[in-house]
Amino acid sequence: MPRTLINVPKTAKAGEIVEVRAMIAHPMETGQRMGVNGAMIPRDIVNRFVCTYGSEVVFAADLWPAVSANPFLSFSLRAKEAGVITFSWTEDSGAVHVATADITVT
Amino acid sequence: MMRRAPSPTGSPPVMPRPSRRAVLAGLAAGAAALAAPSVGAQTPGRVVVIGGGFGGATCARALAAAGLNVTLVEPSGTYVACPFSNAVIAGLREMSAQTFTYDGLKGAGITLAARAATAVDADARRVRLDDGTELPYDRLVMAPGVDMNFEALPGYDASAAGLMPHAWKAGEQTLLLRRQLETMKDGGTVIISAPPNPFRCPPGPYERASLIAHYLKTHKPRSKLLILDAKDAFSKQRLFTAAWAELYPGLVEWVGLSGGGRVIEVDPVTRTLVTEFDRHTADVANIIPPQRAGAIARQAGVADATGWCPIDPVTFESRLRPGIHVIGDAAIAGAMPKSAFAANGQAKVCAAAVVELLAGREPAPPKLVNTCYSLLAPGNAISIAGVYQPKNGLLADVEGAGGLSPQNASSEVRATEAAYAEAWFATVTGEAFA
Repeated sequence: MPRTLINVPKTAKAGEIVEVRAMIAHPMETGQRMGVNGAMIPRDIVNRFVCTYGSEVVFAADLWPAVSANPFLSFSLRAKEAGVITFSWTEDSGAVHVATADITVT
Repeated sequence: MMRRAPSPTGSPPVMPRPSRRAVLAGLAAGAAALAAPSVGAQTPGRVVVIGGGFGGATCARALAAAGLNVTLVEPSGTYVACPFSNAVIAGLREMSAQTFTYDGLKGAGITLAARAATAVDADARRVRLDDGTELPYDRLVMAPGVDMNFEALPGYDASAAGLMPHAWKAGEQTLLLRRQLETMKDGGTVIISAPPNPFRCPPGPYERASLIAHYLKTHKPRSKLLILDAKDAFSKQRLFTAAWAELYPGLVEWVGLSGGGRVIEVDPVTRTLVTEFDRHTADVANIIPPQRAGAIARQAGVADATGWCPIDPVTFESRLRPGIHVIGDAAIAGAMPKSAFAANGQAKVCAAAVVELLAGREPAPPKLVNTCYSLLAPGNAISIAGVYQPKNGLLADVEGAGGLSPQNASSEVRATEAAYAEAWFATVTGEAFA
């Protein structure tokens, strides 16, 4: 289970633009590297990242083999209402890793 | 385990040219002689050296020993050495053991200009000092060391360093960090912020962590030490990590880049360190900020956009300003770390190259050696050694040379390495300052 880290402000004013950050500890193995004995190391990357605010998708990204290990994403959201912000990372294997944070809007 | 002599070896000393060098230089000199008008062999060249640290002082000596007219520009009357200063922080050593004068250099026929260099005119080949004096030179060697980059970490500047010391230049900062540890309550939290590469003394933050952990374990055993790191990998990592688990279990915690360890902002008043994902409050905070070449290197135009100085790996001549050589921590020395030993070896290679260039000959490619010892506890040390040579315009590791202390060595081996470290310090400071 890869470690995920997120940073969301605990509180924000309505309409305020806030910065959020998300990182997953992941090797992002490209599938193009040779391992011991000349065998190719199979591709193993996080290929999809989605952030939802309440029920709305507010940010999503497709990730490709050129993205470095431990991908770090930072983006801005407009604080509208109190709710849950959910971050999800999907691996090639189909495994999904989720982290959530609550935000209070005043 | 590779056996290492306790004294620096492997860098060609400046001496009457050995026959092998003469042969090598002779082979290479043909092409160069056509392009470069040679300085008359009877004219002693005027060389100015800026900076009296391990690189500058050693280089000035080697140049003077070769019969050149050498002026060393260094405003401080004394030099405080960084190697072993982590032991001062931990109360294991006194500052007097780190402090050296320039009296020996005066005796070696070097003219000492005890002023700060304020400007270099690379076209006119002159150095201006802070009293207005101008020093003309045929070749200039710059060994300005590092400056803390106070623009790189929001909240951290020279005044913040009075509250959250960097202690990355030995002196008052070293003693400030020591006093803060001494006055901290038992049960306090010490936080070290380690910078991204490149920086002075790659194993230094981790030796410091080891020795602070030793101080805490001995004097304040309920305390904790947290290392917040802007990197995922560091020098001698497996050896340090194993030592912390063995010697200081539960006391030291290291958080790397992918664990959210990069410090992006500090608040010196509340001793708060802000990372990309968290905030930490320290009782004692040691902020080792990003660094860059000393200010005079940037003024002289020998530093590039990275803040460091690109050089030719054979001569250490600047890639940006002809006639100026850059050695030591300020230089981009490829695989070579920024260390006192590296500066010492580069100083000798650079001096030899300056002698050759002033005589109109082409310097031979050097081999350079570095060893870095790190104390894990009193009488307990590890080391890493490397050998370097020019390759594709940079100094590159010589594959298969060098070595690292064994992972599970006996305490006798570790004690022997601690004795080697002491001997190394005596030798390298002796070469520069005795």
